[in-house]
Amino acid sequence: MTATVEAVETVEDVPARVETPFRRFVMEYSESKVAVAAFFGFVAIVFIALFANWITPQNPHDLMQIDILDNLLPPGSEALVGYTYVLGTDGQGRDMLSAIFFGLRISIFVGVASGLAAFVIGMFVGLISAYAGGRVDAFIMRVVDLQLGFPTILIALVLLAALGQGVDKVIFALIVVQWAYYARTVRGTALVERRREYVESAECLALGRFRIILKHLLPNCLPPLIVIGTVQVAHSIALEASLSFLGVGLPPTEPSLGLLIANGREYMFGGHYWISVYPGIALLIVIGAINLMGDQLRDVLNPRLNR
Amino acid sequence: MTAFIIRRLMQSVIVIWVMTLIVFFGVNVIGDPVEMYASDLCNQACRQRIVESLGLDRPIFEQYLVFLGSALKGELGNSFRLGVPSLEAIMARLPATIELAIFAMLLTVTVGIPLGMWAGLRPKSIAGRLIMGGSILGFSLPSFWVGLMLILIFALQLGWLPTTGRGDTREFLGLEFSFLTVDGFRHMILPGVNLSLFFMALLIRLVRAGVREVLFVDYIKFAHAKGLHWHRVIFVHLLKNIMIPVITVLGLEFGGLLAFAVITETIFAWPGMGKLLIDSINLLDRPLIVAYLMLIVFFFIVINLTVDITYSFLDPRVRLQRAPS
Repeated sequence: MTATVEAVETVEDVPARVETPFRRFVMEYSESKVAVAAFFGFVAIVFIALFANWITPQNPHDLMQIDILDNLLPPGSEALVGYTYVLGTDGQGRDMLSAIFFGLRISIFVGVASGLAAFVIGMFVGLISAYAGGRVDAFIMRVVDLQLGFPTILIALVLLAALGQGVDKVIFALIVVQWAYYARTVRGTALVERRREYVESAECLALGRFRIILKHLLPNCLPPLIVIGTVQVAHSIALEASLSFLGVGLPPTEPSLGLLIANGREYMFGGHYWISVYPGIALLIVIGAINLMGDQLRDVLNPRLNR
Repeated sequence: MTAFIIRRLMQSVIVIWVMTLIVFFGVNVIGDPVEMYASDLCNQACRQRIVESLGLDRPIFEQYLVFLGSALKGELGNSFRLGVPSLEAIMARLPATIELAIFAMLLTVTVGIPLGMWAGLRPKSIAGRLIMGGSILGFSLPSFWVGLMLILIFALQLGWLPTTGRGDTREFLGLEFSFLTVDGFRHMILPGVNLSLFFMALLIRLVRAGVREVLFVDYIKFAHAKGLHWHRVIFVHLLKNIMIPVITVLGLEFGGLLAFAVITETIFAWPGMGKLLIDSINLLDRPLIVAYLMLIVFFFIVINLTVDITYSFLDPRVRLQRAPS
């Protein structure tokens, strides 16, 4: 009893100099200025997406606020009601800047939601595969190999052709094409980790299977999963945009960035370039920021790179 | 070696069989096959004919055998829109897609390998950094948007190249090809560049990583020590050793090119099988979608098999490995 009290006190004596894993992680991540910029850029984009209602000059879904007479105005034009269309307007007279901010919200929501769900599903399937071994493992890995042998865009395309349009359906299709990446990654790590001493000692203590998997094995499998997760979110945002552009993704009532670009395509040939160009730049910034973060995370979290 | 090939062949056959099961049950159990194969114009009599021709009044096991039998003969139903067997319709569009994919592959290799080697040999130089930055950009740029921008800049603004379509074609070996005419070749440049960008970025990273790894290996040091000219060290000793993973990835990515061609063909109105798929999806031409699916599965299995076998020739360790049970 007294020993624990002493231990607590000694920790409290030197609170500022303790190097927690989190602090070390932040320090190592900050070594790359580009990665830090990418992080803050991504945070800013998420804020824009979350608070699009309050910061955009107009709500592009509210027909009362849109004036068809303002259609196809080039960037920088004055609106009839007073504000400036910084990025111009589209064929229906919608302010492009507002449409992009609202589109960002949909794109990021679909990308992150499907990424997270695939992360959780893939993680559990991978853990089960690694822990069970034998036939279960062989079967799961066969399915994973089979699926990863085909390009994601084709699987998603065919799935959506069968399911139809809709936010839920797009998220479902994106989960189906992504879970296998997580499953394979986590299985690989878990196979190495489960032979380590700490798992063995946990097994010797006769702890429950689920407790060992969830509390001991899982936390140690997370780093590579987080790296894959960042890249996969970027990938699923791009994939959703591509599918929506092809007309099989989100319905026109949920105009993501991909749909905005698709809408601008017909106007592009008439010289109204801005309708397609700016949503694409927004998409590029989001995906680029996530990819740059992923690159740095891979360096920081990779134990093989001796730092 | 023979045992390895036979084992891989058997695996491929099993995969194809599993795919027919998935497609069959997807069409017949989850969905309503009459709905799948009946177009909107189909009346009661026409629906009755479909029920009879598919044998829907028979037990499900027999239905599957009928489906399997006709699939083996290449009969996957008539396209609603075109009124011809779907497989024939797809095959007619195949040369255009293959032509585009091969052109994109050539671009990827001729540009990607030298750039990747440069970035690997001079990682600190400005050019090396620019190449790597460019490859991140190549990953992050959504392919369909790049296609639109290529049209906007090179076709609409500068007017150097045509916007869409395939241009003039000329017959060669009984098939129509674009690359044999000047006009057709000009039509191929933008879609080819568009299709190759993503894979170029991938190849640059792969080659760079390979060069960085091999550069410090003993036989390279020894080659230098022997006094060989750097030309020979780089282009013979180094290049040979980074080629194995490059060939594997290129083989596998050829399938990826065929898939990504769906986007490129839609943007550039290139009349290949990818555009046919998108048109069919938009018009609910279901027999064609099913046929496309089966065909692409077949392609991928053939590609994977070829790559595996080639790889086992190049690297004996692969075939000595015991197959996972």
